[in-house]
Amino acid sequence: MKILVCISHVPDTTSKINFTEGDTKFDTNGVQFVINPNDEFGLTRAMWFKEKQGASVDVVNVGGAETEPTLRKALAIGADTAIRVNTPATDGYQVAKELAKVVKDGGYDLVIAGRESIDYNGGMVPGMLAGILEANFINNCISLEIDGTNAKAVREIDGGKETLSTSLPLVIGGQKGLVEESDLRIPNMRGIMQARKKPLNVVEPAETSVKTEVVKFEKPAPKGDVKLIDPDNLDELINLLHNEAKAI
Amino acid sequence: MSVLVYIESEEGKFKKASFEVASYAKEVAGMLGTSVTAVTFNIDDVSELGTYGVDKVLKVNNDKLNNFNAEAYADALTQAATQESSKVVVLSQSANSKYLAPLLAVRLEAGYASNVVALPESADPFTVKRTAFTNKAFNFTKIDTDVKVLGLSKNAFGLKEAQGAATTEDFNPSLSTEDFTVNVESVDKATNKVTIADAETVVSGGRGLKGPENWGMIEEMAEILGAATACSKPVSDMGWRPHSEHVGQTGKPVASNLYIAIGVSGAIQHLAGINAAKTKVVINNDPEAPFFKAADYGVVGDAFEVVPKLNEKLREFKEKNA
Repeated sequence: MKILVCISHVPDTTSKINFTEGDTKFDTNGVQFVINPNDEFGLTRAMWFKEKQGASVDVVNVGGAETEPTLRKALAIGADTAIRVNTPATDGYQVAKELAKVVKDGGYDLVIAGRESIDYNGGMVPGMLAGILEANFINNCISLEIDGTNAKAVREIDGGKETLSTSLPLVIGGQKGLVEESDLRIPNMRGIMQARKKPLNVVEPAETSVKTEVVKFEKPAPKGDVKLIDPDNLDELINLLHNEAKAI
Repeated sequence: MSVLVYIESEEGKFKKASFEVASYAKEVAGMLGTSVTAVTFNIDDVSELGTYGVDKVLKVNNDKLNNFNAEAYADALTQAATQESSKVVVLSQSANSKYLAPLLAVRLEAGYASNVVALPESADPFTVKRTAFTNKAFNFTKIDTDVKVLGLSKNAFGLKEAQGAATTEDFNPSLSTEDFTVNVESVDKATNKVTIADAETVVSGGRGLKGPENWGMIEEMAEILGAATACSKPVSDMGWRPHSEHVGQTGKPVASNLYIAIGVSGAIQHLAGINAAKTKVVINNDPEAPFFKAADYGVVGDAFEVVPKLNEKLREFKEKNA
């Protein structure tokens, strides 16, 4: 089985979010970039398939050279080969289109992406990729088993979960649950050394058509201070929730 | 040309988010000088939709669509949008809508903006405001395509009642076997519980509650308020509560009207997931807990003393205001 894991290069959760150039660009100054958490669960599940059932695991990112350390980290976790499509990621459809070419050229059976990236939160790349490839698609996937070309998956629905059956080729929008947080791997020294020698192939983009464009960013208005209520005066809390916040 | 909306239902009843989507579509239709067409799946009585601005309902009745199926629903909606020459399609941000929207966008060759929080800034160019960086910022996204797909964030717009009645029409999309290659084997869902996605109020417990045996007062508050219960990540990681209750960046997002956090310190990953809640209340014995910086109202006190007292008062309040 050939598995491709899509890796987004995103600011760490604790990053300060600021914008430059008249609020049109994300300010990367001093920002630590990481593998998108939703992708990391998928990568770890892919490693499980590799080790338990036999599979090759490649990772891919659409982005400039600055994303390579993130791909190297994925290699250090255990992926075999990394691919970087050499173009900035500007729009979900454009990224899906570039990924579709990588999937076709590489003949992958299973593609695992995170349900959304924690920077743009578009939540569209896995579904669009499946749509372009005309492959089967399961979103919000929290469990995945593969047997031959058959797949059994569980997806999270509002208020519960749903068990689905389908077949390869398959695209997964993954999240926590594919593996648990405790199963995530921190690259060890050996992995990091090996990752330096593993191939990181840079491919040129197929096309650059976009359907959407971010024209401006805005930060939320600063929040007012918390109103503290004396624990012996909880009537005041109920009064505020009812009359001021209109929340009860 | 009408604005198309996907109307979600469950056990024969419309979901509230669908009324919000319809209300929003009505305003967009006003901006574009057109009407609103809704698509329903296996619902007999659709008269309620007129109240939220829907002008016409396309009723799909097909036993094969009793279970939600993203591919087949996307196909049906594509055919509806094509028939109506719709330039804008609006969906909610439910799990099912998020599942089908990208498939729909590819079929319609449409640009898609998710997590939309306001009416379009302008119709030409078509620009919408949406959340990004897990609610730490907004961005204005310009959609360049002829057809646009919008995912509307819950509680971002609200319900707007309108005077009117919708006309109805049966709609029979032609579905192919390729639409049914992902099949539902079983559904595991508590039927009598309010879900985090649908809830107006969410009551959440953290590690400060010391153990799963102490969740009785959380459940009691949820019952009084008609709320969903939730928990922080460590709580679900330790197995005190099911994973489905975990809210935060890697768990479920919360966009309820009211969020009450009890014994939750407010780690940045937790706050990222609940930032979209309108009013936030924190009860914690540690005045230094980061949640106090994110909350609107706070009580510094021992949850084991404060919560039972608060429950009693909330019950009285609810009985008086019933």
